[in-house]
Amino acid sequence: LRHSCVPFCPPFLLLPRRLLLVSDVTLAHSAVLTSHLLPAPGLSAEQLAKVQGVSKLFVAQHEAYKGFLPEELTPLVLEAQKQFSFTHICAGASAFGKSLLPRVAAKLDVAPISDVIDIKSPDTFVRAIYAVTPPALVGKSEWLQQSLTKSDRPELTSAKVVVSGEVLITSLSCAVGASRAAVDAGFVPNDMQVGQTGKIVAPELYIAVGISGAIQHLAGMKDSKTIVAINKDPEAPIFQVSDYGLVADLFKVVPEMTELLKKK
Amino acid sequence: MNPFCEIAVEEAVRLKEKKIVSEIIAVSCGPQQCQETIRTALAMGADRGIHVDVSAKDAETLGPFQVSKVLAALAKKENVNLVLLGKQAIDDDCNQTGQMTAALLDWPQATFASEVKVEGEKLIVIREVDGGLETISVKLPAVVTADLRLNEPRYATLPNIMKAKKKKVDQVKPSDLGVDITSRVHILSVEDPPQRQAGVKVETVEDLVSKLKESGRI
Repeated sequence: LRHSCVPFCPPFLLLPRRLLLVSDVTLAHSAVLTSHLLPAPGLSAEQLAKVQGVSKLFVAQHEAYKGFLPEELTPLVLEAQKQFSFTHICAGASAFGKSLLPRVAAKLDVAPISDVIDIKSPDTFVRAIYAVTPPALVGKSEWLQQSLTKSDRPELTSAKVVVSGEVLITSLSCAVGASRAAVDAGFVPNDMQVGQTGKIVAPELYIAVGISGAIQHLAGMKDSKTIVAINKDPEAPIFQVSDYGLVADLFKVVPEMTELLKKK
Repeated sequence: MNPFCEIAVEEAVRLKEKKIVSEIIAVSCGPQQCQETIRTALAMGADRGIHVDVSAKDAETLGPFQVSKVLAALAKKENVNLVLLGKQAIDDDCNQTGQMTAALLDWPQATFASEVKVEGEKLIVIREVDGGLETISVKLPAVVTADLRLNEPRYATLPNIMKAKKKKVDQVKPSDLGVDITSRVHILSVEDPPQRQAGVKVETVEDLVSKLKESGRI
């Protein structure tokens, strides 16, 4: 991409995905727009500036940006666009990016492209279901609070190993995912849901424990490098996408696996 | 009806039952079949419908951007102060229409809502974000998009389905609203994702763990 602009959100959220984004779009010059840097365990402006491919970094600081509200950030991105005429404006497909970019696009009178998984050329993009060519580009609110799920485990969308199910393999350093059924039943918070309407994950190892593999769930994890399925139903659809399948009762398998992994 | 839209309709009906909303207008853009979707909303409790008539051929290229222009024009024309939508369609998963409608109207947006409370001229909305939940307050008029856990939509009862048949559904064309629905995004191809081959079944946990070790995954 000739000249792109990447608006960044709170530095402590979804870091790897956003970094990946910068390295993906660096065909020439990238400018990164970051607003209100928090003294958080995230990326500082200095660190951001060192990311390969970033040639310009804009830092905008204002009290109004503290909640990263799209209503406040849209004018900022529009002003940057007016001054520098970027060819593309990109953001990660996170809750932040999905809130902000359509608003920016509508203001620029262009249609945005969501969930891009590959860039074929500056005007041809691959989405999870479509390949499309777009024309050119792909204070009324108040932020009150954010209650983030607290966990010592790695973040779901960037973890190397993800275990989904209602059980924990405690001896494995992994992020924990869940099916929609488990979320709807109130067993786990919504941000753990893997699937079409939840998180899309692609870890090195995905272990589905007692998950049948509804098509919506598969959509969220089928790009994992290695998939392991543990289910007592030999007909469960999850076995059709798994590299290793074990037909067994999870309540027997999980303690056994936990012990074995401890030994290694 | 798209499940997220169903949740949005349900939320509107609940707001009306709490006497916060005075009238609910159900809107759908597309060919004749849209009227069935509108009737479903009317059976759930919407008061009247507007069918934005788009031919089946044009509907194929109708994207979120064009729809948001239609919705913004209708919101102005009907003088509404709350636009409630599903967060995304389940065919294209775009997740854009609500945000763009808010932008075109210059209204605040509260996307991916899992709880909506009305406090005077303000909405307190709990949003589902990547790391958990976020609470924001938006001034009305505003655009809200519904996430999965906002509510559990009701089933339309037979008497309500019968009543819905008598409710009014107006028909308009995008051009009546001054909206050009030409799309500037072209779908070049639609391909199946690469098929994933089913691998092997292992017999024991030891087997599984040693295979994973061999492949260097653990």
